[in-house]
Amino acid sequence: MTVRGSAVPSAGRPPAPGPRDLRLIVRDEPLSLAEHTACYGPLPSGPPDLLIAEVERSGLTGRGGGAFPAGRKMRAVAGARGPARTGRVVIANGSESEPASSKDGVLLSRAPHLVLDGIALCASAVGADRAYLCVGHAAGTSDRALARAVAERAGAGLDSVPVEIHPTAGGYLAGQESALISALNGNAPVPTFVPPRPAERGAHRRPTLVLNVETLAHIALIARFGSEWFAAAGTPGTPGSALVTVTGAVQRPGVREIPLGTPLGELLHRCGLIKPAQAVLTGGYFGTWLPLPAALTVPVSHEGMRAAGASLGPGVLAVLPAAACGLAETARVASFLAAQNAGQCGPCRNGLPALAEALNWIAFGQAGPDIIGWVEQLAGLVAGRGACHLPDGAAGLVRSALTVFAADVQAHLSAGPCARASGPPVLPVPARWAQ
Amino acid sequence: MSQHPDGGSSRQPPLRRPQLRVNPIACDAHGLCIELLPELITADPWGYPIITPGPVPLRLQPLARRAVAACPTLALMLTSPPR
Repeated sequence: MTVRGSAVPSAGRPPAPGPRDLRLIVRDEPLSLAEHTACYGPLPSGPPDLLIAEVERSGLTGRGGGAFPAGRKMRAVAGARGPARTGRVVIANGSESEPASSKDGVLLSRAPHLVLDGIALCASAVGADRAYLCVGHAAGTSDRALARAVAERAGAGLDSVPVEIHPTAGGYLAGQESALISALNGNAPVPTFVPPRPAERGAHRRPTLVLNVETLAHIALIARFGSEWFAAAGTPGTPGSALVTVTGAVQRPGVREIPLGTPLGELLHRCGLIKPAQAVLTGGYFGTWLPLPAALTVPVSHEGMRAAGASLGPGVLAVLPAAACGLAETARVASFLAAQNAGQCGPCRNGLPALAEALNWIAFGQAGPDIIGWVEQLAGLVAGRGACHLPDGAAGLVRSALTVFAADVQAHLSAGPCARASGPPVLPVPARWAQ
Repeated sequence: MSQHPDGGSSRQPPLRRPQLRVNPIACDAHGLCIELLPELITADPWGYPIITPGPVPLRLQPLARRAVAACPTLALMLTSPPR
């Protein structure tokens, strides 16, 4: 996408960004409230039902990884049983616990008022009287800057519902929606068993709307420019634009806003793909390896990724250089995921460390050919058997590694670890979460 | 997905039949359900129950209810399918 104009327009009702224009992050520094208003126009107001219907029509799906229709989530919370239109809670999830992702932090630091607009609009649409903005510390988001943005709005009398900034606990699972709610309710920041769904009983036992911060920023724009405008970018199956984080073997890594459906090759080319690259991890650590260059034609959209056997998840695309070992990378991530399990569910507590250990034997040790069957058996034993999707995600990642790096598996089994396996890691694994 | 022993020929339409579900956080692998309903519940290598997916056949529903009642941690549930 291109940056619209050279400066933020200063007077009059600003025009809606064009279909190929940047929508969410229009420049590299934070937009103050005045600049934000000049760029997008004032916070619109209207009947609550109208906004929910508009978001439903837009086809916006959650940008935190789950891709659940945002409008349907809003309607469920607005229509939840209990006292009509009062006492609901809105949670903006900017935890970004995915180690390779930085899009939520970049969005919060550059365009805090879009997210805060989204919170205000959703609070009024679902009838909330409490709102939380949950932020992680991975991507350099500053609590102080966010608190300043919140205070700026309070001074302008913008938000009828006060926004409380809540630092998300460390750990891979702390940003999961039931874990966030658990923490806000004064319990451990770990996932809980569903039901009850957050829409039925969430924070403070009230119906709770949890949306990713990027999803809220899109809602702030849909409220201004409408669902048709939103869907002018993207594909019919995955409308709109999205923030993606590109890391690994590229010259210009970082966060980009793209119209969904952009071919992966076009995106990677723009980021300066360093050739030869052997594979790309899509969807973060719950994701899937896709081989390069075959995957360059895959559209970066939900249906495009699905057709390739992968998922877009929270929009992480990590390029594996030819000089790295995909098995070693996956084994390190598997160990990380195993260490991140909350210890609550037996199959995950027992199965994930066993799965990670088996993969580490393939990557770094001397394993016999039977180990492939054991890895597949373990992946089947853990998938779908936890309260959250950690075991499913780990199983899927490991399975895709065995497929995409099948030749490496054979080489490791016959001759031991390759020289690339002892090279420096490409995928980040936060050491501070290791215990 | 595995097929249930009694196919779908009984009076209760399969879609209306309850399903077994385990709360994996509450489950402590006591294994009583595996003893009581081996037709639908087997043990994984660590003793935790693996539930055959799908609706519980009519003839196994009394046993399923017994297994639910026997669980010391109330982790096993018979849930009505979503409408």
